[in-house]
Amino acid sequence: MIANSSIADAAQGEASGYNFAYLDEQTKRMIRRALLKAVAIPGYQVPFGGREMPMPYGWGTGGMQLTASVLGADDTLKVIDQGADDTTNAVSIRAFFERVAGVETTTATGEASVIQTRHRIPEKTLRADQILIFQVPIPEPLRFIEPSEEETRVMHALEEYGVMHVKLYEDIAHHGHIATTYAYPVKVDGRYVMDPSPIPKFDNPKLHMSEALMLFGAGREKRLYAIPPHTRVESLDFEDHPFEIQAWEQPCAICGATDSYLDEVITDDQGGRMFVCSDTDYCNTRREDMA
Amino acid sequence: MYVAVKGGEKAIANAHRWMADRRRGDRQQAELAVAQVQDQLGLAVDRIMAEASLYDPELAALAFKQASGDTVEAVFLLRAYRTTLPRLAETRPVNTSDMCIERRISATFKDVPGGQVLGPTYDYTHRLLDFMLLAGGDRDVAEPEQADQDLEACPQILDCLNQEGLIEREQDDGSEPYDITRDPPDFPVDRATRLQMLARGDEGYLLALGYSTQRGYGRNHPFAGEIRQGTVEVEIEVEGFDAPICVGEIVMSECQMINQFAGNGDSAPQFTRGYGLAFGRNERKTMAMALVDRALRAEELGEPIQSPAQQAEFVLAHADSVEASGFVSHLKLPHYVDFQSELDLIRRLRREHAERTQGDTQHAQASGADTAADTATAPTASKECAQ
Repeated sequence: MIANSSIADAAQGEASGYNFAYLDEQTKRMIRRALLKAVAIPGYQVPFGGREMPMPYGWGTGGMQLTASVLGADDTLKVIDQGADDTTNAVSIRAFFERVAGVETTTATGEASVIQTRHRIPEKTLRADQILIFQVPIPEPLRFIEPSEEETRVMHALEEYGVMHVKLYEDIAHHGHIATTYAYPVKVDGRYVMDPSPIPKFDNPKLHMSEALMLFGAGREKRLYAIPPHTRVESLDFEDHPFEIQAWEQPCAICGATDSYLDEVITDDQGGRMFVCSDTDYCNTRREDMA
Repeated sequence: MYVAVKGGEKAIANAHRWMADRRRGDRQQAELAVAQVQDQLGLAVDRIMAEASLYDPELAALAFKQASGDTVEAVFLLRAYRTTLPRLAETRPVNTSDMCIERRISATFKDVPGGQVLGPTYDYTHRLLDFMLLAGGDRDVAEPEQADQDLEACPQILDCLNQEGLIEREQDDGSEPYDITRDPPDFPVDRATRLQMLARGDEGYLLALGYSTQRGYGRNHPFAGEIRQGTVEVEIEVEGFDAPICVGEIVMSECQMINQFAGNGDSAPQFTRGYGLAFGRNERKTMAMALVDRALRAEELGEPIQSPAQQAEFVLAHADSVEASGFVSHLKLPHYVDFQSELDLIRRLRREHAERTQGDTQHAQASGADTAADTATAPTASKECAQ
């Protein structure tokens, strides 16, 4: 997966004047070292010397730096945002890597070796030879309870996670339910509480014992973390309020799927609406199979 | 009928084309040359260089032109370019005491060795729109008068106070400074790191925070001890040469604030310092920076931390306009999936609320009580808590 000859690769890249996959080799090496540490300590946020990218912070610069660091010339890249390959920012990031790395790109989940994602995990089960890279806005799951980085670092070190359970309990007290529907906190390998990035909690079970390596990059906050394959990932809950995922009363209006995450589409101004798969590749594949 | 959102690629390309057209404006007007921007909009160029942490007036001017005059966007362009540059050498610390002075003022002494040097400034101008500039009267701008003798040496004014021990001494302890462009900040950070972060911080943000200290939120009684602007030499050490080699000159602004004194039974009272430094002519920025630097020294000087400008993590983590504008503007990206989760939950909560309310109303009516439905929900809610 890792480029060993950057000079040859750079010659292939379409944008001249930039190294293969944009970042210089020293930066990539620094990020790979941090990634190795992240894999060795699942769920732990590793600080890294995040660089400015030619895209704005908050638009996937963390994910892009990780992608740039693991991408090799023979990789096939898929980029999704909200589960879709054709959302504007996914289009932009895919075009960026086509330009600076000249790699093959695909929209088919099964054909990709590296998948960069924002807010979703593909419905199709990932394999051991695939890497899923998440874009992360705020890596610290405790941030909205404790704004200071100094404090939250100590809390992680001491496994002081009671406040998170108190927050979830308060939700139940106020609303009768845990009111966190996305970026739902998980505990990784029984140790670190981790923000799975703003994926819907529907996707949380896919983190557990995944075959694929999962990497998380937060560019602005300069943190990265990882869930190695076959790692236990539990969503926080209570015995009497077990974790549960969203369910819909109707199937996808296009492919009829009943097991995928559905987006609501407003069809008129009279209250008309329909539900369709957020994972466009999953939806298209099912439709083609039916035809 | 639902049509899958396709064609994002084409839409993006067209949006960029339209923006390029908008940027160019009326083709009847002469195109704005980068050299004109660099030469005639120099203060914008200086601000961009300071916040991008890259001293290159021509590229800063290019960024300003390319960004249609949006400073934050221009800073971002130049910063993104900076990241791609190799680090060829490390310079020696620039010595602002040896600055070739263009402007140098002190608000603490009427006269100082070297004198007050006003230099080019908008200070004391009457802020009246000059309609001559609108009518093309710029051609007749007269050249400034030149003094017929060189400036006397301008020692740092704070050093003069130093001789009496009136102000805290600042010395290079020789330690290798942390480099915020290579390593992530690790809070709490030391003063050198804080100053690096403030030096590239957004001017408007620092101005507001500095201003807040003057209005009582972390007051520290500042005096503008010295403000100086001019060119300094940038030197590197090259193997095989005994003396450092000057590789060029850059314009810098520096502000040394003299602040309220500290001291206790063990040490005699002394004035304290706040420091500001920036590329180019960025006087307002360096003054604001010095105020904020001093505010952030609260803990070190044993002052109570009560105000926003004194909270290091708060101040520093939000100072960078590239980070801030990126994260604010990312709200424009699609959030369908998360929003769907929220829609799902809020509908469920409302449904349950309606069922509860209705049930309670019926119950209340059945038992002949005249309690309002709203108050009747209270026992139900608390029952649920207990579950």
